[in-house]
Amino acid sequence: MKLRRRLAISRPTTGACGKTGSWRVFRPRIDREKCNACGMCAMYCPDAAISEDLEIDYDFCKGCGICANECPKSAITMEREEK
Amino acid sequence: MTEIPREEYILKCTSACAGCGDSLSLRYVLKAAGPDTVLVVPACCTSVIQGIYPNTAFNVPVYNVAFAAAAACASGMSAALRAAGKKTNVIAYAGDGGTVDIGIQALSGAFERGADFLYICYDNEAYGNTGMQRSGATPLGARTTTTPAGKMQPKKDLDAIVAAHRPPYMATACPAYPKDLFQKVKKALSYRGPTFIHILSPCPPGWRFSTEKTVEMGKLAVRTGMWILYEREQGKVTINGPSKAAMVKPLPVGEYIRAQGRFKGISAETVARMVDDAAALARRLQKEEEGIC
Repeated sequence: MKLRRRLAISRPTTGACGKTGSWRVFRPRIDREKCNACGMCAMYCPDAAISEDLEIDYDFCKGCGICANECPKSAITMEREEK
Repeated sequence: MTEIPREEYILKCTSACAGCGDSLSLRYVLKAAGPDTVLVVPACCTSVIQGIYPNTAFNVPVYNVAFAAAAACASGMSAALRAAGKKTNVIAYAGDGGTVDIGIQALSGAFERGADFLYICYDNEAYGNTGMQRSGATPLGARTTTTPAGKMQPKKDLDAIVAAHRPPYMATACPAYPKDLFQKVKKALSYRGPTFIHILSPCPPGWRFSTEKTVEMGKLAVRTGMWILYEREQGKVTINGPSKAAMVKPLPVGEYIRAQGRFKGISAETVARMVDDAAALARRLQKEEEGIC
């Protein structure tokens, strides 16, 4: 154990790279009227920022827009962030 | 069909670029491998995106090693784990630079020794994390920071090199087909001995396309026949559904080429040569699948 403490070991933490949501230029917004809950957006999100109930975690969403591009119902629109 | 588990082994959030294909691939690789897994990562994008010490976004043990040593380290690690009677999955997760150029002797050595681990090469076709320098995996005609007029040489055929070692299982995959990728990782981990998966990982900043097109670009690569999804189990080749469909009715290659800034100004002859090379590979795989050669 003593040796372990001396080794450079990183521990798993949420937000290990800070809140990456601040990188976002465009914010995805889901239109619940059009959404048929197929889950494609959550499947293709590279950072798993979309939960099972298809809620987007805006603290971490980087705004890449893959979800909007892959949505078969075009239910996700990308809106410019207000600064 | 195997249900993909809901657990995520990459915590929110890595410092990967928006729309990163590597991050998407790794999500499904770890979902398939489960919690009893050790990742061995040489210098590549994956060693950069983990987070800032003393924190990491990866919820599995990760061992960061030198550029050339991923396969050597993974083979030693799996030998130690097996000697201790543990069935822990050992996955070497390396970029194309660490596989095709720098790590190839360690890869070849480990495969020759028959070490029990899975080697995954996620291929964004250049040295991504240092600023897109040319690698052996960069395709013909692609502009990188070190080949500003387009690369003069074709891509190294890594899969043929690995196939020459006769591993029990090897496959190609693409994160645009996550279920396919998931099943291939599951299958690879069910084999004893060295297994190999080559993932084409579209890279928005390196390939010069906008971030939302990562998945689209992966699908285009497969549908135009520039990337062929297949697996080789005990030497027997199976071409997977999406690529089979693409061989019957491919999309025009121009759709894949024009969508990427790295192929800007590519000559018609170069495109024709790329198409010929891809068609030759497809023919060879089809023949192997039928058992002709």
